[in-house]
Amino acid sequence: MTIKPELQYSKDHEWVKKEDDLFVIGISDFAQDALGDLVFVNLPEVGDAVTAGEAFGDVESVKAVSDLLSPVSGTVAEINEELLDAPEMLNNDPYGAWIIKVADVTATEELLDAAAYEAFCAEA
Amino acid sequence: MKLIFEKSVPGRKCDILPKCDVPAVKLPEGLSREIAPHLPEMSETDVSRHYTELNKQVHGVNCGFYPLGSCTMKYNPRIDEEAAAMEGFTNIHPLAPKSSVRGALEVLDTLRADLCEITGMDGMTFQPAAGAHGEFTGVLLIKQYHDSHGDTKRTKIIVPDSAHGTNPATAAMCGYQVVNIPSAPDGCVDLEALKSVLGEDTAGLMLTNPNTVGIFDENILEITKLVHEAGGLCYYDGANTNAIMGVVRPGDMGFDCIHLNLHKTFATPHGGGGPGAGAVGCKEFLKPFLPHSALMDRPGRLQVRAFMGNFLVCVRALAYVMTLGREGIPEAATNAVLNANYLMQKIKGTFTPAFDRICMHEFVLDLSGYEKEAGVSALDVAKSLIDYGMHPPTMYFPLIVHEALMLEPTETESIETLDWAADVFRKLYELGKTDPEFMHNAPHHTPIGRPDEVKAARNPIVRYTFA
Amino acid sequence: MGSYVPSTEEQRREMLRAIGLSDYRELYRDVPENMILNRPLDLPEGKSEMEVRNAMAELAAKNTVFQTVLRGAGAYDHYIPSIVKYIPAKEEFLTAYTPYQAEISQGVLQSIFEYQTMIAELTGMDVSNASVYDGATAAAEAAAMCRDRKRRVTLISATTHPDVINTVRTYCYGTNDELVVVPAKEGKTDIEALRTLLNDGVASFYVQQPNFYGIFEDAEALGELVHAAGAMFVMGCNPIALAIMKTPKDSGADVAVGEGQPLGMPIGFGGPYLGFMATTSKNIRKLPGRIVGETTDHDGNRAYVLSLQAREQHIRREKASSNICSNEALCALTAGLYMATMGPDGMAEVANQCMAKAHYLADALCAIPGVRLRYDAPFFHEFLLDMPKCKEIEQALAEKGILSGLPYEDGMLWCVTEKASKATLDEVVSVVKEVLA
Repeated sequence: MTIKPELQYSKDHEWVKKEDDLFVIGISDFAQDALGDLVFVNLPEVGDAVTAGEAFGDVESVKAVSDLLSPVSGTVAEINEELLDAPEMLNNDPYGAWIIKVADVTATEELLDAAAYEAFCAEA
Repeated sequence: MKLIFEKSVPGRKCDILPKCDVPAVKLPEGLSREIAPHLPEMSETDVSRHYTELNKQVHGVNCGFYPLGSCTMKYNPRIDEEAAAMEGFTNIHPLAPKSSVRGALEVLDTLRADLCEITGMDGMTFQPAAGAHGEFTGVLLIKQYHDSHGDTKRTKIIVPDSAHGTNPATAAMCGYQVVNIPSAPDGCVDLEALKSVLGEDTAGLMLTNPNTVGIFDENILEITKLVHEAGGLCYYDGANTNAIMGVVRPGDMGFDCIHLNLHKTFATPHGGGGPGAGAVGCKEFLKPFLPHSALMDRPGRLQVRAFMGNFLVCVRALAYVMTLGREGIPEAATNAVLNANYLMQKIKGTFTPAFDRICMHEFVLDLSGYEKEAGVSALDVAKSLIDYGMHPPTMYFPLIVHEALMLEPTETESIETLDWAADVFRKLYELGKTDPEFMHNAPHHTPIGRPDEVKAARNPIVRYTFA
Repeated sequence: MGSYVPSTEEQRREMLRAIGLSDYRELYRDVPENMILNRPLDLPEGKSEMEVRNAMAELAAKNTVFQTVLRGAGAYDHYIPSIVKYIPAKEEFLTAYTPYQAEISQGVLQSIFEYQTMIAELTGMDVSNASVYDGATAAAEAAAMCRDRKRRVTLISATTHPDVINTVRTYCYGTNDELVVVPAKEGKTDIEALRTLLNDGVASFYVQQPNFYGIFEDAEALGELVHAAGAMFVMGCNPIALAIMKTPKDSGADVAVGEGQPLGMPIGFGGPYLGFMATTSKNIRKLPGRIVGETTDHDGNRAYVLSLQAREQHIRREKASSNICSNEALCALTAGLYMATMGPDGMAEVANQCMAKAHYLADALCAIPGVRLRYDAPFFHEFLLDMPKCKEIEQALAEKGILSGLPYEDGMLWCVTEKASKATLDEVVSVVKEVLA
């Protein structure tokens, strides 16, 4: 399992990277491994409000659907439309395959650094 | 095997119609189709062989044991088919004058009276075409009832977490917020959990009894009483009626409305996924809300499909009820329960029942321990059964049991079949411990091996593309 | 008494002993004693197979089977080729469950895949689902799939089958959404009324083609208007007409649905029927119900599976957009079989004969004084006549073994299919003449 030292992580296994004013969000390697082969991603629309701790979309495997929980509150500024055609990117390159970018962030959940997240995953 | 389109030969055809004996009429300008649809061009021999080949790759109840839990795959009597194929039933128009369809109306009236007696209900509609459609209709009755009292604050439907996925989906289709309550470990309703969510916003409760793990909830009267006291109504999901028909009635358990799957309990065939029929019964006070056809009756009432439902399925169900009659109905239920308990008893000692106690018409095996020990999953066991000519049980349901296999033998299986099935389970139990790899790759003797479902979902190919 | 329980009484006793019980009642020991039904059911005694056959035949004989049916209005009496009746009665197709276990269900799965292809071809759309309950529920499901968070209102033309309108209204009532009926003008959708009703809250508009009165709507113009308002255009089509009529795709439809009963299913007093649903590739994931997809097995063999299941209720539970968890598989099989038997030319021939014979009868009846078309517009195989003495005409034709048009809105809605011969139609005309003389 890979954990990127430069990223922060939520306890719901999303990663967060700050890019200027934007928060880039994806799912961790741990998450994609647990979810199995992903076959579809339901994304929000640009301009939608997201709330920390609440679902902003979901990912589907063949036999399950799992909510994507936002680690931050704000407004969706960009969505990764490539994922609509190639959801397998989330499995193959979880840290390259960002899902949404959030602007005007007003709140964030408690985020873990790489070491703390590694320990968190070890417990799970 | 080849697709029908790959067998098509341009210019080939079946001769079905006589020549037109009136002058041709052309479609008005701009309304014509530009290119003909690519439909197969076949001789009748081609058609017959193609579908016969397809039919060989289908496992029906007639092929072998089909212990698919919660689906009641009992034998579908041929006499019921013969009745439903009678011209006096197939060739009557739903809008024909009532005086010309008295037999059809009598079929529906008789079946209604019989099923109301079996369930303890007062009224019934046959409009819904399936179980899920029946649920939708039943919950709409609840909604109409509250609306008719101007009671608009009731916005929630309570569903136990052991319920089938259609229950919450149905409640949502009826505009209700779904309140999931945790079940007790045996899948029964946790009374404290129920009490904690009941209130002025409760529209109703959706429940199946026996529940989805095959256990009769002995607190049922208390449950329905609590819901009624809160001002809600109780909906009975009739998926498991085969366990209890003629023995105990949902109406006597305190339920206000129910659906029955005629294609489960009343032996009409499943047809590879339909058509079925989801008859919905209700108590007297809900009868005014039962659906109607706008064209046959009048608009402005509930209506869940055109006309009055899957009539020919009702014909089959009536033939079945007529055959069994007063004694046969409870006899069927009792033997369904007997067969389930016998099979569970015979399997016990190898795979572990999730609940080691008298069950109703079905039981659940919990393979989580076996999976850890042998590295063989419920899926592997299910797929291995196929090589023995047995349809797998329901897998991974209910969700509250891990590595679940749910078996419902039904009353139409003999002791010899059950003994044989238990033997097969025993063999596989041993095989998994010695050759798990063989089971991971099962089935071995089918036209195809396990399909790649991920590939199918990532790049959906849902039709043939013509060259 | 008939029974399908094979184990003998002695064997049942043995089974009971094996589970450590002495009495059948103990099987129900979880059921509170006071709830057990302590009396026999109030049903007749069970019957032998022969008695059941006779009783059912007696019931069937109480119905009148008309030699000619000139009534449609949502249930169409077409000729069903013999092979189309026999194949769906094969026990494997008949008795199998939903094809979850793909390895032993390729026959059902492939038949659905072929059906999906044929429906896509017939409608011109990209993709079809495995079918839903009937045409009315297909219309209701189409309305639901077009709604999103911002656009909630469904529009439906008043020229739609009344049962379809009522069904869509019921589904909208379920989700607390608004349904607005767009008025008709001269037997067609009032396009100006539609224009005023469209706004950015409208999710979709549904029109039936040909409509309830048998008349061809100006589908393209309606579609353009709907699209200009950003809403989805849903067409409910007669599948026989589709063999020769401009496709929904070419008329601009986003979703094409319809009642599939004319494709080889008997009128059967209203069911089982078949709801077909097709849409564009873009909307495939919004399409409710079962969909069969092609894939391969681990050896690379072509294989079919139920696909895209994560959209469905058993996984999404309360977040699913529909609770449907079956299709009308045997009816879809029948429809595919019918289309394969008729072929493209045979399908077109059925459609052309329907249209020719309907016009022949309409012309002949309208030559009788006091009879006229209520709406003078191009029609397919149904037409509404203004005529007096509808009840008397119905009665007089019934005596000749003919089911007349449907008495409707003080007129009669007639339907003629390929089954009616010229001689029969001439007889109808003379009977009507006699009644009105």
